[in-house]
Amino acid sequence: MLVAGIDVGSVAAKAVVLEVETLKVVGSAILPTGWEVKTQGQTVLKKALAKAGGLSPHLVFATGYGRVSLEADKTITEITCHAKGAYHLFPHTGIVLDIGGQDSKVISLNKDGSIQDFAMNDKCAAGTGRFLEMLLQILNFSFAELNEAITQGIPVEITSQCAVFAETEIVSLLAKGANPCDVAAGVIRSIVNRVRALTSRVSLHDECTFTGGLAQSLGLAKLISEVLGHKVNVPAYPQTVGALGAALLAAEAVCS
Amino acid sequence: MNCSSLAEFIKETDKNVLNLQKCKTSGQKVIGLYCIYAPIEIPLAAKAIPVSLCGTKNDSIPKAETVLPRTVCPLIKSSFGFALLDSCPYLAASDLVVAETTCDGKKKMYELLGNYKPVFLMQLPQIQNEAAKDYVKKEFQRLIARIEADFGVKIGDQDLREAIKLANSLRQALKEVLDLAKRKPSPLTGMEILNISFRTSFMPDYNHSIELLKNISKELSELTPDPTLSKRPRILLTGVPTGMGSHKVVELLETCGASVVCLDNCSVYKKVLLEVEEDGDLLDHLAKRYLDMHCAIMSPNPNRYAVLKTLIQEFSVDAVVDLTWQGCQTYEIESYSLKNWVHDTLKLPFLQIITDFSSSDTEQIKVRIEAFLEMLA
Repeated sequence: MLVAGIDVGSVAAKAVVLEVETLKVVGSAILPTGWEVKTQGQTVLKKALAKAGGLSPHLVFATGYGRVSLEADKTITEITCHAKGAYHLFPHTGIVLDIGGQDSKVISLNKDGSIQDFAMNDKCAAGTGRFLEMLLQILNFSFAELNEAITQGIPVEITSQCAVFAETEIVSLLAKGANPCDVAAGVIRSIVNRVRALTSRVSLHDECTFTGGLAQSLGLAKLISEVLGHKVNVPAYPQTVGALGAALLAAEAVCS
Repeated sequence: MNCSSLAEFIKETDKNVLNLQKCKTSGQKVIGLYCIYAPIEIPLAAKAIPVSLCGTKNDSIPKAETVLPRTVCPLIKSSFGFALLDSCPYLAASDLVVAETTCDGKKKMYELLGNYKPVFLMQLPQIQNEAAKDYVKKEFQRLIARIEADFGVKIGDQDLREAIKLANSLRQALKEVLDLAKRKPSPLTGMEILNISFRTSFMPDYNHSIELLKNISKELSELTPDPTLSKRPRILLTGVPTGMGSHKVVELLETCGASVVCLDNCSVYKKVLLEVEEDGDLLDHLAKRYLDMHCAIMSPNPNRYAVLKTLIQEFSVDAVVDLTWQGCQTYEIESYSLKNWVHDTLKLPFLQIITDFSSSDTEQIKVRIEAFLEMLA
């Protein structure tokens, strides 16, 4: 029996298909969200199901900011889903840090995986994927080149709090001859400072799991680990953790 | 939910402005109050009508922002905006406005308000002890003297005693309605609770108010509740004042599936919590009763914890939501201690929501509320 989870975020739509009996991921897909939320939700689900052999899922649960536009059996917030997905992958996780396209959130968990507390930043682009996207555009870096730059660069301080003004600052630094690697490292440090401010709003635990698109940057994960002072797990497919969580909740619903 | 006495209450209170105008035409004075630390008994003793002026609408804020800083709390901006626009019938009708030195923003706003209306600024101590109570008593005496001078009336002991009895009766009648929500499930939604309390603060005829509220209590206590409502988690909303216009969070909590059974704020339960003794040194009793109310402007604020403990138990509360208006430093800072206390001592879930009167962050608040309610399931 199959179930599916769809996570439609501001930047990407993700779908994960699970086999209920084994809780194994048998199909997954990622597509840009664009503005046709409903259609992209359906398309990404079809794509994931095709990889799983084309069978119909027994239940489909949806999450992410676009969840209400989708035809799903149930909608659940991305907070609950990221917590569920992260705990499933790393059962000793105490904190889940999710940095998405336009928001970031930190969730603290009880030992049994239930949510103890959470804090969100969804009013400011600084410290989100949008900020990083802007940087990649200016530097004309690929994500892989960015990771390389982070390890090599000596961080330059970005003083602007606001992502929009930071963009101007970055352009001006580059114009004055600053090393792009140093600027990239500076932006990452700026993002990590935001993360630290966010995590201070919930009680800290020993082990952190980093989810969302930005977790694909190992350099960023390593820096977060240094700054927080403890272990940071990075899932193999960090972008789909929310969809995985939704699928796991669907599997639970089938079995109850 | 069909409740004819509630429908009657709404119909009657729709006439609040009209009835107030009629009273004014017949010679009665109107005294506007910005805060529940202002005693309604003193206007009543002067045979004047007390009305609440605390701003609850977003519309008047843009105008206020031409004078006040944007970072000031929306309640202060809303209140002041009404003065600039002259768009609040109750403020317009007020012959005298009573204001308190509660928080910084309010204090400075009242200085400006004095350009639009006669303002009596009551100095309010920020501690609840004997010396403070004596000071409040003197301030009450000063208010009496001001009203006597402005309106050419005399407020005697008997006037004050009758006023206290009347105010106690109104508080009691409103409390009976609010306490219906202790039932499981509550026969009233949080929005209904808020609306009833809100409209009561503008009613010129207290005896009529008492009658309408008693009818609501009677009818709802005999009603068989909808059993599906029992599934809803019971929320106590604490924190800053809310009203019709600034009801966003109450409404969202209920749209997302919760039942707001108690509002521990000065718009609702704090108004009815305490009675005034009707014998002896009346001004002393008044001072004590009013000063005892908890608000984050008090430092320390021990009564908030004591009251919340009781309310949480009596209303069978499943979780606490603490509302803070953007810019309200006192409630925002107090939320930190409150959260730890609710978690550690009461072992209940706690969510702080910081927002303003606008609807621009509705989706963001909704996701937090939904995630919070998912935690409770």
